[in-house]
Amino acid sequence: MGINNKMKKKHFQRRHLVELFMKTIMRIALVIVAGALGLILWTIITRGLPALSWDMVSQVPKGGYYMGKEGGILNAIIGSAYLATGGTLLAIIISLPIALYLKAYLGNSKWGGYVRLSLDVLWGIPSVVYGAFGFALMIFFGLRASLLAGIIILALIELPIMTRAMDEVIRRMPVDLEHAALALGSTKFEVALHVVTRQMLPGIVTAILLAFGRGIGDAASVLFTAGYTDRIPTSLMRPTASLPLAVFFQLGSPYPEVQQRGYAAALILTIIVLAVSLGSRWLSARLNKYTVK
Amino acid sequence: MKTHIQVKNLNVYYGKQQALKNINIEIPRNQITVIMGPSGCGKTTLLKTFNRFFELSENTQLTGEVLVDGQNIYDKEVDVTEVRKVVGLLAQRPSPLPMSIYDNVAYGMHIHKMKNDRAEYKAAVRHYLEIAGLWEEVHKRLHDPATSLSIGQQQRLCLARGLAVEPEIILGDEPTSALDPISSQNIESRLLDLKKQYTTVIVTHTLRQAKRLADHVIYMYLGEVIEAGPAHEVFTNPQHERTKQYLEGLF
Repeated sequence: MGINNKMKKKHFQRRHLVELFMKTIMRIALVIVAGALGLILWTIITRGLPALSWDMVSQVPKGGYYMGKEGGILNAIIGSAYLATGGTLLAIIISLPIALYLKAYLGNSKWGGYVRLSLDVLWGIPSVVYGAFGFALMIFFGLRASLLAGIIILALIELPIMTRAMDEVIRRMPVDLEHAALALGSTKFEVALHVVTRQMLPGIVTAILLAFGRGIGDAASVLFTAGYTDRIPTSLMRPTASLPLAVFFQLGSPYPEVQQRGYAAALILTIIVLAVSLGSRWLSARLNKYTVK
Repeated sequence: MKTHIQVKNLNVYYGKQQALKNINIEIPRNQITVIMGPSGCGKTTLLKTFNRFFELSENTQLTGEVLVDGQNIYDKEVDVTEVRKVVGLLAQRPSPLPMSIYDNVAYGMHIHKMKNDRAEYKAAVRHYLEIAGLWEEVHKRLHDPATSLSIGQQQRLCLARGLAVEPEIILGDEPTSALDPISSQNIESRLLDLKKQYTTVIVTHTLRQAKRLADHVIYMYLGEVIEAGPAHEVFTNPQHERTKQYLEGLF
């Protein structure tokens, strides 16, 4: 008994040791993650920054660009912007109804579980498989490598992550909130518009951002479906370049100047992802101000 | 005693289970009626038939009539949003809407288009926050999130929000059970202040609260109304053995 009991003291010491051990493991994990990010940034900045110029972001490749002559990767920047934006928009159109259907009709039923399992499996499939699948589909439909095909395949890649993230957001919607608005005499539509949307929007923005990040960074799927070209696409049926492939092709070059440009392209891609992340975080925080936690 | 709500031959089923059995009661105007009884006796279900909230559960069925000022609120031509405007609800736990303090109070008035311009809305928001005894505490931070308030303040905000749509009846589903003693007392005194203008129906499981608030009492057991009448009669001279046992705290 008492506070300074010897038997208990040993037990307390052991518990503190366990805590110290776990805390150390967590700190090591944190250092690994932060260190990896730091190293990647260090690499692309030190190697890419010298090659980064106004020409890089404002011009398309000119003759001899891939041997170190003039030009830029505007084609890939615009291509990636089109691909990722288009893919994300298409994915939203498909994901939101799936997520709402899961909530409203399937809930935690057996079928709801199957749908969630399928989405989780889809999430884990490597993008090169998506690319090959998309390529097979394109041959079947007689489609050639194009912006449209790239958008479709990116939407398929983004779909599982976006749907599952939205699903989690929607599942956390407190039913009390809907009831509170109904009790004031709102119609169900008013509840959905004024209350449910306000409450869920920040989470949905995050879900969209996650999916966008995966879409814009993906190389293998667009290699098969969108192709690569030095021109900026003028229609959905034209092939298009993309930043991940611009990185890939240039890094594979034997010319050191071109390799450097590959790192510069990676830097541009990273800056775009960072900007979109910061932008949506800002938006999410603004929308989050009034949500009920 | 003038009747405000009249319940006639009311039966309610959840799936196959009958939750309310042949209820016939009258609820007096501008008084506080307290529904009491052991848990699971159907008191909350009965309350929820007054604003058609029990319909939100799946698989429900109802026969009989609930008349508010002589109008059966379950008539086909009655608009449920109109019922809920007239019959306000103070829930068990305060659930502020995901908006600012100001917008929480203004929301109901906005959807029913009750005011003409901003100034009128502003004045009304102030008015109802004052009635709920919250104005002094929040007038400097009306645009903060409603969730930044304490639980007790949130419940008073919900009261202001409910009153703002100008109901005639206030339902309270154990409205103080989630609150600390001081906040509970605060809500209770608001309800006592308001009873001259509103018909109030409160569900409670604490006998002491019932005694503090009630003008009229309904005692329920296993889905049936065992006894109903003026509070002083029921509390001092219950007619039924079950009521007597409940009042003595036997179960």
